[in-house]
Amino acid sequence: MASGVKPRVKAPKKAAAGETVTLKTLISHKMESGQRKNKDGSIIPRSIINRFTCEFNGKSVIDVTMEPAISTNPYFEFEAVVPEAGEFKFTWYDDDGSVYEESKKVEVA
Amino acid sequence: MKFKPMSAIAALALSVPTLGMADADDDTLVINGEIEIVTKTAAPAHLEDALDEVISGWHFRDDATQAMEMDDFDNPGMLYVEAATEVWNTVEGSEGKSCASCHGDVEESMKGVKAVYPKWNEAAGEVRNLQMQFNDCRTNRMGAEAWKYDAGPAKNMEALITSVSRGMPVNVAIDGPAKAMWEKGKEMYYTRTGQLDLSCASCHEENYGNMIRADHLSQGQTNGFPVYRLKNAKLTTPQGRFKGCVRDTRAETYKPGSEDFLALELYVASRGNGLSVEGPSVRN
Repeated sequence: MASGVKPRVKAPKKAAAGETVTLKTLISHKMESGQRKNKDGSIIPRSIINRFTCEFNGKSVIDVTMEPAISTNPYFEFEAVVPEAGEFKFTWYDDDGSVYEESKKVEVA
Repeated sequence: MKFKPMSAIAALALSVPTLGMADADDDTLVINGEIEIVTKTAAPAHLEDALDEVISGWHFRDDATQAMEMDDFDNPGMLYVEAATEVWNTVEGSEGKSCASCHGDVEESMKGVKAVYPKWNEAAGEVRNLQMQFNDCRTNRMGAEAWKYDAGPAKNMEALITSVSRGMPVNVAIDGPAKAMWEKGKEMYYTRTGQLDLSCASCHEENYGNMIRADHLSQGQTNGFPVYRLKNAKLTTPQGRFKGCVRDTRAETYKPGSEDFLALELYVASRGNGLSVEGPSVRN
């Protein structure tokens, strides 16, 4: 189990119907590539977040396959159209089977 | 066939002089849309003969790196601040105290502290930087173990205490009891060392705005420290950076945490008097 993993999301609380909003996400994670060796020469096992998804009211916004070359603390910034009031759900999948979730409600003004 | 590569090399050589300039830009830095940062200002009086204007290292970075510092969410240095906030509120040591037990809310009690450090401590009779000061708290008031110099938690705490002073002008005292230390730091700044025979001033006073190989030379201001460096994805403190610089002159370096580097830290901080505290900043 990777330690110190914490998901963070920055999303607007309100939007106009049909507005395009910017979402920023970051998960603190060491993203160990599985390529590095430690002092005694043995390989440090791979431990990364391998998939990230975002859904809005159950509908997929983005679904990302993540690879070992991605740096520590992966950050994603992307846009989404908000057709109605609802909830963004963000999910990160860890190599070790852990799933980290975060959600943000958006009101439509 | 040989002609083409040769002419390509000649063309490249001709274009090099224009690449050599890497002056500070004219952007303005506002963090989170509210903290206005002074990144260029008149040089403090003691620098009269050396510089007209002091410039934060922020100006010497490209737009993408600059932008990372304009929103705390985008600034990876803030992850360490977050980690230190937890430590601030965690009880440790034999006295059953946390930092918060005495100092309360870090945003109120530590506001302005970083702006005047390193600083003379009357009771101890020495100049202290932040790490020395909070380690004194840990050992004498909390009954906890001192953090090793530049160890992870120490750098994080330095970042936290720095972050609550962002936007305030650096105002390090160089007179009174700190003067002897400051003079020592000044001498170190102008002393050439190493096989490359370089002083701090060779690069950061005489050549800021020029390229050093592929990188831009800044004035070497420390108002943005501790800095999150993209190259190693870690926080770097002033003394950690000094070590890298001295090593690059191919000299034996002083130790981070030593009195020598403390003198240099005080002197270099005073060169930025008037600039805003900016740390944790983002640099490459």
